Parts: sequence; structure tokens; C-alpha cells
Amino acid sequence: MTKSMNNFVVSGKKSDFHLPKNFKITLIVLVLLLIASIAASLFFGAKAVSMQDLIDGLFYSDRDSHGANIVRKRVSRTIFALLCGTALGVAGALMQAVTRNPLADPSILGVNTGASLFVVFGIAYLNITSANQYIWFALAGAALTAIFVFGIGSLGRGGATPIKLVLAGAATTAALSSLVTAIMIPSTYAMDQFRFWQIGSVGSGTWDNIMTFIPFLLVGLGIALLTAPALNALALGDEVASSLGVHPSSLRFGAAFGGVLLCGAATALAGPIGFIGLLATHVMRLILGPDLRFVIPMSALAGAIILTISDCIGRLLGSPGELEVGIVTAFIGAPILILLAKKSKVRSL
Amino acid sequence: MKSELTNFHFIRAGMQKRRRRWLFVTAVLTISACLLCCLMLMLGNTIYPVNEVVRSLFGEQIQGVTFAVNTIRFPRMLAGVFAGFAFGVGGYIFQTMLRNPLANPNVLGITSGSSVAAVFCITVLHTSNAVVSVASVGAGLATVLVMYVLSKGKTFSIGRLILIGIGIQAMLDAFISYLLLLSAQQDISAALLWLSGSLNGVQLSELPPLMLTVLGLTPIAALYGKQLNMLELGEQTASSLGVATNKTRLVLIVWAVFLVAVATATTGPIAFISFLAGPIANRLVDIGASNIIPAGLVGANIVLIADLIGQFAFEYRFPVGVITGLIGAPYLIYLLIKMNRKGEL
Repeated sequence: MTKSMNNFVVSGKKSDFHLPKNFKITLIVLVLLLIASIAASLFFGAKAVSMQDLIDGLFYSDRDSHGANIVRKRVSRTIFALLCGTALGVAGALMQAVTRNPLADPSILGVNTGASLFVVFGIAYLNITSANQYIWFALAGAALTAIFVFGIGSLGRGGATPIKLVLAGAATTAALSSLVTAIMIPSTYAMDQFRFWQIGSVGSGTWDNIMTFIPFLLVGLGIALLTAPALNALALGDEVASSLGVHPSSLRFGAAFGGVLLCGAATALAGPIGFIGLLATHVMRLILGPDLRFVIPMSALAGAIILTISDCIGRLLGSPGELEVGIVTAFIGAPILILLAKKSKVRSL
Repeated sequence: MKSELTNFHFIRAGMQKRRRRWLFVTAVLTISACLLCCLMLMLGNTIYPVNEVVRSLFGEQIQGVTFAVNTIRFPRMLAGVFAGFAFGVGGYIFQTMLRNPLANPNVLGITSGSSVAAVFCITVLHTSNAVVSVASVGAGLATVLVMYVLSKGKTFSIGRLILIGIGIQAMLDAFISYLLLLSAQQDISAALLWLSGSLNGVQLSELPPLMLTVLGLTPIAALYGKQLNMLELGEQTASSLGVATNKTRLVLIVWAVFLVAVATATTGPIAFISFLAGPIANRLVDIGASNIIPAGLVGANIVLIADLIGQFAFEYRFPVGVITGLIGAPYLIYLLIKMNRKGEL
């Protein structure tokens, strides 16, 4: 194990670059799933569209029919879902690597609720109204909450064990969400604004929001890909990592910053969506092994697929309205958490 | 021989001291709950003096007072007292039995299970209150069963139990959101009010299930209180002290679920009562005494205080669940920090 890990740790040389066994087949399957999910997302929804509408909406911008317009709406929504899924998948992988904790996920660690609190505070007291403003509040809230939760979770012997982190996250979520309620109840205006945002939904996927999102996504992804090799070293323990030329604490800070950036931005625009990171990263690690240089990009892909398909399911189940995607992902993702808790050894909890 | 005798006296003196302390604390908690009840009846948009309140409760018709006190404030007060007691006792039983202050009906998903059933009854089936109570008890017991099956391993781990509880809660909450989406607009507001844990608009006719459950089942405390304390010493010690551990555990769990589920069906999940009451009662009395009744009284006190704060401390009236959440959550974080420092997790 250690020997094979040393092979991919701190990879500078090309000769170290071994593709995991199932990499190619996984990549092919994921790409096919991605195409299928995009098609499903364009095609299915509260209103059925015909093939002709689909073609009109996608390729002939001058043809104006009801169905074609619906398809055009769905295009931006689908792109937004893909981007959010990517961000959340990578954020989950980064956080799990940084905390060396299989249960780290923005929603479980309370980071989403932190972002929510800052946004609702901004809406209620500082009169923020646009996505451009939400995003900074959400980022600040996400970052502070991440620091707080990790601080509490890593107190005492053994550092940040999974159970300590999850409990710290759950407690912080409880505390912050009662604050959210307390701010929201007296202000009908904030309640109205916030209600749509509070349950994660990609219905807010407009081109404006996509444009706001892209810079954050690119920076976050860049950080993730750059830190992946060093994070592999970190998985072997701080001492080994230092001896391999990695500076553990600055690496942690950098990678955590990337994770918070990604999930904070996604939360700001779509609202809190849980369990994507947990789901995507775990499935990918199960298939590909622990090498983050592959797990991170594939988690991005998997996250995008899961979120887009969940959104489709939500639209079909909730018809004629929609079942927000945050609800669907919780329903799919929570069993994974239960499974992980069941499987892991008592000692490691 | 002599030293044995002094030992015996020493132990007896200690027992008597603890017994006195238990009686004293219970009395104080009862008195303060009664005072808070009076405040609940007197305070409101208009403040009525005690004699008018009492006269109207005994059936005299007084202009204005009768409606406000008998129809609005009295049911609200009763709901607060009984729900607080039920949540307090339920939480204490789980915390003591699992030997961990974090293990309470909220964390274990029981409250969420009951909530799902209640929301389903309110929004889809439109059933009567009694049916809502029965359904939430059933759902609460089912949740316990699922938790038990899922967390059963070669060895028991409280950490695993809590993690599974969090997962189950996430799923059940998602299901509640789905039910809310399906339901009609006028049912949604009723369900939302209920979900935040509120004493608003509780009617006298809704209370009998809760009151009967609490009053009817409290005598179990006298029968099983000691056994619960022995269970806390560990499986082996308890059975060597003559406790039928499995039977005791079953009785206690069913009892606690009954209390929590019926209270949840009546007032909605009032946050953190089941979590706060036990540790406070243990602090007030001593650990080692059977603190079931004190824990229930502490629960009732907290609910009444929080409801008074929610009604009158701010410009806006907050439901009681928001206030208890604001009080309870920081305590939870404090407790975690303390447990982490000591390495108890």
C-alpha cells in the first residue's frame, strides 16, 4: 500500500503517472451518463416537449414556439446544475482530503448553514438583493463556519475524528439555523426573499448567475488540481508529507480555501444543496482508489451528473411545480452516510 | 466491626442527604413551574390580576377575561407544561440509558419520525388529533426500530448510533419537505407553524392525548427509576444487581418514545428541551438519584420561560421553539467542546 502510494505521491515525473485500473472504463461510463443526464434535463420537466421543440430551441434561435422557449430556459438551468454539481463534488473531495475524514461534506459540516445565515442577515439588515452581493456574504459565512467547526472538531485527543467533526457540524447547524429562523420570522420581506433560496434549487440558473459563478468555479478548480498531488502526500500523515517536501498547514489552508470557495459560491447562487460531495467522492474513491489526482476530476464529473439527474427527478416528482434538488439529494445522499457509519470500524469513529 | 458500623452510618447519612436534596429540588421546581403558569395566565395583550383569572377559570363569565384566559392562555399553558415535562423525561431516559448527554430523541431521529407522521396526517389525511398522536407514536417506535437494526453491530458504538441518526434525520426532513410540496396552500401554513414548535393556537380539545399519556405513564418512574440508574452503571453491573436489563430497556424506550411522540404531535418539535432538561436536572440534584421527575419539571420550566420570553421580550412574538433553539444550541456547542477536551468522544 505504502509503496504504491509513494509512486503517485508528489508526482513530478511522468513515469510515476499510472492510471488507476478502472480509469478508462469509468471515464467512458461517466461521459455517457453526463450526456444522458443533459439530454434528460433538457427533455423532461413539468411540461413535455417534442423532439421538434428540442431541436428548435437548441439550434434555431429564430424559431419561436412555446416548447422551444421552454427548452431554452432549460438550457441555462442545465448548465447551472452541471456547474454547481462540479463545484460541490470537488468541494467535497477537497474537504475530505484536508480533514482526512471520509464524512466531510459542506452540508454535514454546517458550512451551508453558515452561508445561509450570512445571506439572510444581509437580506434582512443590509438590503442586499442581487446574486453578486449574495456570493460575498455566503463566502464569508462559509469560511467562518468551516474554521469554527473544524476548530471545535479537532479539540482534544486524536484530532478531528469523523464523529467529532460531524457532531460539531450538526451542533453548529442547529445553532445557526435557529438564528436564521429568528432573523427571518419578524421580517416578512426577508422571509419572502429567503424562502426561495433556503431549499437548494437550480431553478435560479439564469445566464447572469452562471456568469457570476464561473470565475469562482475556475479558481476553485485550479486550486483543487494544483493541490491534488500534495494532498496525496498529506494522506500519509503530516510527518511523511513534510519529509516529502510538503508544508502541511499551508497546504491545508490552501486546499480548504478552494473547497470553501467552491461550495460557498454554489450555495450563494443555488441555496444549500447537501450530500453531493459525499456521494460523488465516495463512489469515485471506491472505483478508482485513493489517488486524488484522479478522484478530484472524476468527482467533478460525478457531482455534475448527480446534481443534474437529481434535478430531473425533482422536476418529474414535483410536477406541476418542482421538488427542489436539495431535497432529492438529501434523500439519495443520506443513505450513503448511514452506510458509511455502518461500515466504518468503531475505532475510527 | 466498628468501622463497618461507621461506614454504614456514613452511607446512610449520604443517602438521606441526597434524598433531602431530591425533595428540595423537586419542590422548588414544582413551585417555580406553578408561578410560571400563573404568569402565563396573567400576561398577554392585557394583564389580568390573579383573582379575575381564578374566577374566570372557575366558570364565572367576566367580560373579556373569560375568552382570553379560558380559551387562549389556559390551553397554551397546559400544552407548555405537559409537553415540556414529556420532552424532559423522554430526553433524560435516553441520555441516561445510552450514557451520553448527546443521545436524545432529536439526535436519534425519533422526533423527525414523529414529525413525518404528523405532517402526513395534517396535510394529506386531514385526520383528528387523536389519530395524529397514534400515528406519531407508531412512527416514533418504527424509527427506534430502524435505528436499532441499523446500529446493531458486533459492538455497540454511540458514535455510530449518532451518525446513523443524523443520516435518518436528513432523509426524514427531506420527506417532510416533499409532503409540504404536495399539500394545499392552507395546510402548509398549519404544518409550518406546527413544525417550528409552537404553543400558538393550541386548543383545549387537542390536549387530552398528551395529558393522559403524561399522567398515566408517570407512575412508571417510581417502578423503573432505580433500574434506569443501575443500567447506567453498565450491562453487567446492572444484571448482577438484579435488573432484568432487556425488559427494563424495552419498557423505558417505549415509554420515552410515547412521551416524546405524543408531545411532538401536540406542539410540534420544540427544539432542545429533551437535550437540556436531563443535564440540568443532574446538576441540580445529584447523579445517582433517580432524576426522571426533576428532569420533567426542568423541561416544563424551560418551555414556560422560553414561551414567556418569546411572547414578551421582543417586539415580535417568536414561537417557543425558536427561543429554545437559541438557548439550547450554544449549550450543545459548549458541551461538545468540553467533551472533546476530555477526550470523551
